[in-house]
Amino acid sequence: MNGFKRDLLTISLFLAGMLLLPRCLTNEYYVNVLIISGLNAIVAVGLNLLLGFAGQISLGHAAFYGLAAYTTSILTTTYNLPIIAGILAGIVLVGLVAYLIGIPTLKLSGHYLAMATLGFGIIVYIVFNETIELTGGPSGFVGIPRLSLFGYSFDSDLSYYYLVVFVLAIVLMFSLNLIRSRIGRALRAIHTSEKAAQISGIDIARYKLFIFVLSAILAGIAGVLYAHYLEFIAPSSFGFNHSVLLVTMVVLGGMTNVWGAVAGAFFLTMLPEFLRAFENIEFLLYGFILIVCMMFLPEGIVGGIQKLVRKLT
Amino acid sequence: MLVLGETVMVLLDYIQFLISGLTVGSTYGLTALGFTIIFNTTGIINFAQGEFLMLGGMLSVFLLKFLNLGLLPAVLLAIIITTCVGALIERFTIRPVQKSSTINLIIITIGISIFIRGVAMLLWGKDTYALPSFSGDTPLSFFGASMHPQSIWILSITLVLLCLLKFFFARTIYGKAMLACSFEKKAAYLVGINVQRMVLFSFMISALVGAIGGVILTPLTMTSFDVGILLGLKGFAACILGGLGNPFGAAAGGLILGVLESFGAGIVSSAYKDAITFIVLLLLLFVKPSGLFGQAEVERV
Repeated sequence: MNGFKRDLLTISLFLAGMLLLPRCLTNEYYVNVLIISGLNAIVAVGLNLLLGFAGQISLGHAAFYGLAAYTTSILTTTYNLPIIAGILAGIVLVGLVAYLIGIPTLKLSGHYLAMATLGFGIIVYIVFNETIELTGGPSGFVGIPRLSLFGYSFDSDLSYYYLVVFVLAIVLMFSLNLIRSRIGRALRAIHTSEKAAQISGIDIARYKLFIFVLSAILAGIAGVLYAHYLEFIAPSSFGFNHSVLLVTMVVLGGMTNVWGAVAGAFFLTMLPEFLRAFENIEFLLYGFILIVCMMFLPEGIVGGIQKLVRKLT
Repeated sequence: MLVLGETVMVLLDYIQFLISGLTVGSTYGLTALGFTIIFNTTGIINFAQGEFLMLGGMLSVFLLKFLNLGLLPAVLLAIIITTCVGALIERFTIRPVQKSSTINLIIITIGISIFIRGVAMLLWGKDTYALPSFSGDTPLSFFGASMHPQSIWILSITLVLLCLLKFFFARTIYGKAMLACSFEKKAAYLVGINVQRMVLFSFMISALVGAIGGVILTPLTMTSFDVGILLGLKGFAACILGGLGNPFGAAAGGLILGVLESFGAGIVSSAYKDAITFIVLLLLLFVKPSGLFGQAEVERV
């Protein structure tokens, strides 16, 4: 079986499992948690391509997520544009901003790159908070229309969940294909050694920029879906903490594997829901679990599972 | 005459901005120094650095209030406890997995920062607390600009601490050993330096410096369980501004950042003061990709 067929099979299995999942849930509220997990997974997969494959960090991805969410919200609510126009505008704008920011920023490396993307994220966050007439400021933006496309309106949470899972599956298929392509090989070469990659004739600046813009666009796709799902957005969802959380999802899930990002996103989005029962010690436990997971699963969740499978067989 | 008057007024404002900028900047500098000390021995950016400042401030408040200690014993005890917390972090979360990749260790420090905040919230709730100033609240006059007495404490304690650290790293055997670790760990190990112990010391010194920063800043700004996030962020920014790994750069970066912020808030807009700071930082990085006083990273092929 070649790589493409194998990926198609795993994604079909994943899709089938995800579509059956809501039937096993006892509480409808959990569909809501699954939707948010799926959206985080879309962003995390993009970040995984950037961090795990190209080896470039971004601590500003929550800003791209928010930028797309605010763009579509403002266009569809304040200016009454059709939803499809808002969505496209949001995604295109994020791509454009990532392109412009990426050119100077990706010349930096390591912790300096982390700082620059983090600074960008904070600037965007402050703009969300302070341009009150446009964004509603810290109290948020209300009245965003629920997603409806081509005459079908995704009113029920369940239908929205299916949509998100479907988008996630497409994103996964695309990413897995990309990794196996010429571009994927170039990115891994850059990760191993920029100098060596450059000497082998890889235009490292262009590839880095490409993957940065791509991962921002994936964050943008998740962002517009987020806005038209919750019908309410506030800057606090798009701050520094969320950017750090996204990177944590990628690393905790397992950086060397796209599925790791999915595992990390679902794990870290659902964890607080399970911990809610512990009320006062919720955060303490969350931190503790994060420390323990990272200490005992150095290859991440997916890496740990792979190791376990290898031991058993 | 009127024009001259206005110029003097503007000048007074500027002195005022400079003083408050340097005051806040010193604590950023101390945070940045904490980052640098751990970074130099381990290569880790310690995301829990801001939590050391929070612990220093919060513990002082509570030791003062509940144990009815005097201000000085409370503050000293708070600093000692925070230093021990630094040691515990290294011993139980970093040392067992020291061979992990840097990004894994950084994520562990993120976990630690969430854990410490969780504990602080459990113990002290979400309220904001104040610590009395070290020597009253009557503002002093300084070239016509007013200055809070705590500012003098902050500036002088920072200066003394910097001199002590300089002495420690340049003159003492442990300081030199730690410096050796930052240059080349393997070589340090080969000449008989106990690298593991140096890493432990770096966490302790870092926590100590952080706690002192938190203690001297709290009377001016108040404290709560989550002040560490923003302070940590500013400290990291100061580190990068000065050039990562360079202690002098870290301290200078902190001061520059504080002054930038204070002038940005005073002249342009207080709502956008952080945005201004970060825009300047980004522009600087585009021109000088390894900070003001940093050395460019060399990649080995």
